[in-house]
Amino acid sequence: MTLGLTHFLVLSTLLFCLGLFAMLTRRNAVAILMGVELMLNAANINLVAFNKYVAPGALNGQVFALVVITLAACEAGVGLALVMSAYRNLETVHVDEINVMKW
Amino acid sequence: MRELAWLIPVFPLLAFGLIVAFGQRLPGRGAYVAIAGIVLAALISIGIFVEGLGGAGAHELNVRWVPYGQAALDLGLRVDHLTTVMLLVVTVVGSAIFVYSVGYMHDDPRYSRFFAYLSLFAASMLLLVLANNLLFLYAGWELVGLCSYLLIGFYFEKPSAARAAMKAFVTTRVGDFFMFLGILLIFFALGTFRFEEIFAKVHAGALQGVTVGGLPLLTVAAVLLFGGAIGKSAQVPLHTWLPDAMEGPTPVSALIHAATMVAAGVYMVARTYPLFFGSPGHEALTVVAWIGAITALMAATIAVVQDDIKRVLAYSTISQLGYMMLGLGMLGYAAGIFHLMTHAFFKALLFLGAGSVIHAMHTNDIKAMGGLARVMPATYWTFLIGTLALAGVPPFAGFWSKDEILLEAFHHHRGLYAIGLAAAFLTAFYMFRVIFYTFTGTTRSPHAHPHESPAVMTRPLWVLAAFSAGIGLVGAPFFGNPFHDYLHFEGIEAPAFDVRLAALKVVVVGAGIAAAAAVYHWRVVSAGALRRAAGPLVTLVANKYYFDEFYAVAVVRPTLAVGRALRTFDVYVIDLIVNLFGFAGLGLARLYRVFDLYVVDGVVNLLGWIARTAGGVLRYVQTGRAQNYLLAIALGVIVLLAAGLFR
Repeated sequence: MTLGLTHFLVLSTLLFCLGLFAMLTRRNAVAILMGVELMLNAANINLVAFNKYVAPGALNGQVFALVVITLAACEAGVGLALVMSAYRNLETVHVDEINVMKW
Repeated sequence: MRELAWLIPVFPLLAFGLIVAFGQRLPGRGAYVAIAGIVLAALISIGIFVEGLGGAGAHELNVRWVPYGQAALDLGLRVDHLTTVMLLVVTVVGSAIFVYSVGYMHDDPRYSRFFAYLSLFAASMLLLVLANNLLFLYAGWELVGLCSYLLIGFYFEKPSAARAAMKAFVTTRVGDFFMFLGILLIFFALGTFRFEEIFAKVHAGALQGVTVGGLPLLTVAAVLLFGGAIGKSAQVPLHTWLPDAMEGPTPVSALIHAATMVAAGVYMVARTYPLFFGSPGHEALTVVAWIGAITALMAATIAVVQDDIKRVLAYSTISQLGYMMLGLGMLGYAAGIFHLMTHAFFKALLFLGAGSVIHAMHTNDIKAMGGLARVMPATYWTFLIGTLALAGVPPFAGFWSKDEILLEAFHHHRGLYAIGLAAAFLTAFYMFRVIFYTFTGTTRSPHAHPHESPAVMTRPLWVLAAFSAGIGLVGAPFFGNPFHDYLHFEGIEAPAFDVRLAALKVVVVGAGIAAAAAVYHWRVVSAGALRRAAGPLVTLVANKYYFDEFYAVAVVRPTLAVGRALRTFDVYVIDLIVNLFGFAGLGLARLYRVFDLYVVDGVVNLLGWIARTAGGVLRYVQTGRAQNYLLAIALGVIVLLAAGLFR
């Protein structure tokens, strides 16, 4: 059995759904951030896979994946800083308890 | 000097404003301010008069006020020879009376207000005199009427004074109505209010042959204008207000109801003389002459039976005003004004003398006086001079002016001459009756303690007495009658002085004095016997020819009846209609209220309810949890995807 584009796409779909599921169901903000990471990486798999199978000569997909990884790092940094700040101020990282904005 | 003419009314007006604003705090409680105002006006007037003597012609100051199509309403002053004479009379007599009032009114609680009114009057009168158009003259005319009203009713606590003020105001208003019609008639016929233009157009024959209602327009307009003079100058049949006007303080009677305001009617006729003169066949002047003559005789007869010293003088004033009208009506333009001038001086003097007597005796009744010549010599001598001037004894002022009027009458209408002569006889008679009752014999009220009035009152008397004695000489034929030359009306030749007529007049006047002396001094015939002998005639005269009663029946009562009828109509018909509308409105309003409550409010409330309910339902969507929103987004994407796939 040769490895084809479909396999990659299925994997990335599964990974995306897992990430989405984590985002929708977890109460812990750190877990939600992890869900976001999963979803970003699912997108990365897509980008690389399409690059390899659809336009092997071009480098766009791979470069784009690198940009996404960079962004993901930034996002994780900012997100974790927010979580830290929230924990310090509210002594919780559970998103349903962080409701000072809902008045 | 004539350029300063506009200042003449301004000074008294300024005094009026100051006294109204500051009143008691001014020097002399306002009196000195008022006197300063009138004296300054007098000084300018004298200056202008002297200039007029020097031969200066007419001077006009005209300001366009309201342009009105091709016509315009103007504000303006006119200074000509007639004006200068009037200015002199008003300001000089006014000054004397203002000074006199300081003494006469000194313990009056409304002292300042009195001087404020006097100043306002002086300003209005001077405005009237200086006006260069009919409208402006009319404004001054009504203003002096207002001042007259205020000053007659000065003692407004007295019901009689309040009534007299009302009577004067309403009666003169009747005349003013006709005058206003006359002014409008002239305006619509000639398109201007300015005297100069009116006279020029009349002179050019602009109204020749123009008729209104079958009569020549010029005659109608002149007679309508004369209607105003009848009211203001208390001519028959609108004379009834003047005797009642004596309710006012005596200086007021002297200034307004003898010397100046009542003469405004005469002045107005003289001012608009070209209209009267131009009416075909001098018809308008004939009317003036007859009214004047009737007034002169009738008022003189009434004066004979009056016992109130001021009322005698009031009727005398009416009579003399009639004389002036007679003079004007008999083409004696200068004669009428001459008599106006001399009369202003001696009648003011007589009134002030009467005021001095009243001040001393605290009564107006001449039968309660007597023997005052000894205690009040200054008053007596000045009063006597005034009386001689009024009676027409040479060489006092009244002789010359009256003689001229009678001379004119003699040359134009013998009947009117006879009436004038009879009035002259009566004038001498009733004035000496007053003299004998008041100043000779012994006092008839034992409790009175008469005393001479203070100098502030007697000095003006002497000033006026000097004028009364001497001013007539300006019209004396021996000096070439300079007054006539000064006040010449183009187109009239004055008849030459006639010694025989003058002598006849002196005889008549002497007879009047002798008759008065016979009855009231030597008592050859007792007054009571005379009264009984004349019988019904005395009753008629004593009741003033029943004019008041006639007006009460013919005018006042019908007016009141109409008023009451109209009130009834108002209450039962107009009010009924108004109330019906009110009820209809109320019923409609109730209906609208129901509609409002159930329809308009219902819709409004429904909208509110919908908004609230929708909000209540939809707010459950707004959870505030980002995860819920994210879920919704994810589901939305899935739905969109599905829709895209299974299209």
